[in-house]
Amino acid sequence: MVRWSRFIAFLLIVAIIFGVTGATTKKIWSKIPLGLDLRGGFDILYQIQPTKGQTVNSDAQKATIAALDERLAAMNYTDPVIQAEGTDRVRVQLAGVFDQKAVKSALVAEAKLEFRAPDDKTVLLTGKDLVNNAKYETDPQTNAPVVAVEFKDPKKFADITQKYLQQPIGIWLNDKLLSKPTVQTVIANGKATITGMSSPQEAIKLAQLLNAGALPFPLKQLSSTTVGPSLGESALHSTLVAGLIGIALIFLFMIVMYRIPGLIADCALVAYMFLILATFAGMHLTLTLPGLAALVLGVGMAVDANIITYERIKDELRNGKSILSASISGSRRALRTILDSNVTTLIAGIVMYYYGTGAIKSFAEALIAGIVVSLITAVFLSRLMLMLFMRSNLIKNIKWIFSGKGVQTK
Amino acid sequence: MKFEIVRNRKWFFLLSGLITVAGIIVMLLFGLNLGTDFVAGTRVQVDLNQTFQESQVLNIFKGLGYKVSANDITTAGTDQHTAVIRLRETISTDQENKIDDALKKQFPHEKGTQVDTVSPIVAKELSKNAFYAVLFASVGIVIYVAIRFEYRFGVSGIIALLHDAFIVISVFALLRLEVDIPFIAAVLTIVGYSINDTIVIFDRIRENLKNQKVKTLSELETLVNHSLWQTMTRSINTVLTVIFADAMLFFFGGTSIHNFTFALLVGLISGAYSSIFIASPIWVVWRSRSLKKQS
Repeated sequence: MVRWSRFIAFLLIVAIIFGVTGATTKKIWSKIPLGLDLRGGFDILYQIQPTKGQTVNSDAQKATIAALDERLAAMNYTDPVIQAEGTDRVRVQLAGVFDQKAVKSALVAEAKLEFRAPDDKTVLLTGKDLVNNAKYETDPQTNAPVVAVEFKDPKKFADITQKYLQQPIGIWLNDKLLSKPTVQTVIANGKATITGMSSPQEAIKLAQLLNAGALPFPLKQLSSTTVGPSLGESALHSTLVAGLIGIALIFLFMIVMYRIPGLIADCALVAYMFLILATFAGMHLTLTLPGLAALVLGVGMAVDANIITYERIKDELRNGKSILSASISGSRRALRTILDSNVTTLIAGIVMYYYGTGAIKSFAEALIAGIVVSLITAVFLSRLMLMLFMRSNLIKNIKWIFSGKGVQTK
Repeated sequence: MKFEIVRNRKWFFLLSGLITVAGIIVMLLFGLNLGTDFVAGTRVQVDLNQTFQESQVLNIFKGLGYKVSANDITTAGTDQHTAVIRLRETISTDQENKIDDALKKQFPHEKGTQVDTVSPIVAKELSKNAFYAVLFASVGIVIYVAIRFEYRFGVSGIIALLHDAFIVISVFALLRLEVDIPFIAAVLTIVGYSINDTIVIFDRIRENLKNQKVKTLSELETLVNHSLWQTMTRSINTVLTVIFADAMLFFFGGTSIHNFTFALLVGLISGAYSSIFIASPIWVVWRSRSLKKQS
C-alpha cells in the first residue's frame, strides 16, 4: 500500500532544498569574502624594525597595527586584514580592485611634517604635535588647495608665532619645503593652514597621512604576494566553471549508477553545497583557490558516504532482505564506516589548520567545513530522505532502485 | 572465484617497491624543485593572454638587470599563455612595478601579474611548519586507527599512505614540477584520502573476521580477498567521482591550482590502488605471523 503522507513529506524536503537554494544562493555567494587569489589584491608580511632606544615588543606590534589600520581607513579601505604574527611581525591583506602601487607605498610611507624656524634647520613643531583632524579645504581668497591643521597645545603655537612674528616659518614634508608663510599675527587658537599643494588630491593625501600619524616603527617587507585584479577574476571564473562541470558529472554518475537513490543523493548534494556556502558566509571564512578546490573535493567525500551506504544496501538485498529492511540495516552498518573514515580525514584537516598559514589554512578550513557538512547532509539528510521514500512504498519494482547484477528481492 | 588479489601480493609489492626505488633514485639525482615558498626569492606569474616565446620574456628580465637563464622561465596554463619567472632575489614594490610596466609594454593584452616574494627566514619557517603538519597528522591518524581498530591496521594503513605521499613527491621530482605550499596541502589531502579509503576496506575485513574463525593463512587470504571484492564497487565508484571533480579542476581550473590538482590526481589514483593492493596484503602478512604462533 502506498503511504502518500510519507511521499508528500519526501517531496516537501526536496522542494525546500531546491527552493531555499534557488532563492538565496546568489545572495549568500555575494557575502562570502573572496581571497586575494580570486579577486586580486596583496598580502604583505612586514617585520617591525627596532628604533633607537625602543625595542620591539607586543605593544610595539599593537601600535604598528593600529597605525596601519588608521592609514588604510584614511584611504577608505574598510575591510583590510591586519594581523600580528609571531612577536615582531605584522601581516596586511587587502583584497579587491584598487591601486595596489599607491596603497603599498602609502602603507610604509613616513609623513614627517615639520615646522621649522627661519633658519630652515631648527625644528619648532612636528606632525606629532597635531590633533588628528587635519582636513582638506580651499583657500577662500585664492581657491588653492590647503590643509587645515590644529595643534594639540595652542599655547606652544601661540608662543612660536609670537617669537617669529613677521618672519617666515617653513613647513616641511619629508624634508621637502611645502610652503613658507610669513607669520602675520599671533595665533592663539592653535589653528593654521598648510599651503603649497599643487592639487586637491595632493592636499587630501597629505591630510590623510597627517591623521594616520607617523608609523611608530619602520617596517621591513619580509614576503609579499600580489595578484593583479583581472588575473584573480579569471582564476575564479575558470575554477568555478571547472568545479561546476565536475559536480555535474558526479550528479550524472550517481543517477546512472544508483537510479532513484542516486537522485536522492544528488538532492542531498545540493543541500551540501548550499550549507557549505552558508557556513562560509556565516563564519566569514575567506574563500581562496585551494579552498574552492577543497569544497569540490568535499563533494566527492559527501558522495562517498552515499556510495558506501548504497553498496551496503545492495549487499543486504543480495542477502535476500526486502527493500525496506535492507535500507535500514544497510544504512546502519554504513554509518560506522563513514564515521571512522571521516574522522581520520578530519584529524588531517585539524592539524593543517593548526600548523598552516595562508593557503594551507584556508584549505584546511574548507576541508573541515566540508567533512562536518557532508556528515549532516550526506549521512543524516540523505538517509532521512531515503527512508521516507522507501517507507512510502511507492516503488515496488527493484529496477528503479540501484542498477547492477545480483540485486534482487524476494 | 574472482581474481586473487591477496595471493598475488608479491607482484603488487614488487611493483610498488620498484616505483619507490625509482622515486628514491630520482630524488637523489635531481632533488625537488622547491618553489619560492621554501627557497627565498621571487616568483612572478603573468597571464600574457597570448602565445609567446620564452626568450621574449627572458629578454625583458635581462633588460631590467636580473640574472635569469632559460631555466628560470616556464610556460604554464592549459592554453600556454602564462609565464612563470623565478628570480633568486627578493624584490621591492618599486621593482615589482617596473617589471609589470615592462611586461605590459611588450604584451599589451597582459591580464595581470602575481608576484610572490619570500625572504629566507620566512621560507625556513614555512618548511618547518609544513614538516610538523605532516608528522602530527600521521601520528594523530595512527593513534585514532589503533584505538578504533588495532595497531596492525593502523600501521598497515600508514605504510600505504606514506607510499602514496612518496609517489606524489617522486612524480613531482621526476617531472620537475614546483613544490610549494599548495603542494603540501595536496599531499596532506592525499594522506587523509588514502587512509579514509583504506579504513572502509579494513572495516569490512574486521566485520567478516567477527563472523568467521580464521585458523590458517589460506583462510585469512580468502577472507581478505573476499572483503576486497565486496568493497570493490564502492572503491571504484568513489575514486571515479573524486577524479571527475579533480580532473575538471585540473583541465579547466585556474593556473595557480594546476600543480595542486595534478598532485591530487596522482595521489587519488595511488591512494585507491594502495588501499586495495598494498595496505590489505601487508596486514595479511603481518596477521598471519600471529596465526602461526597460536597454532
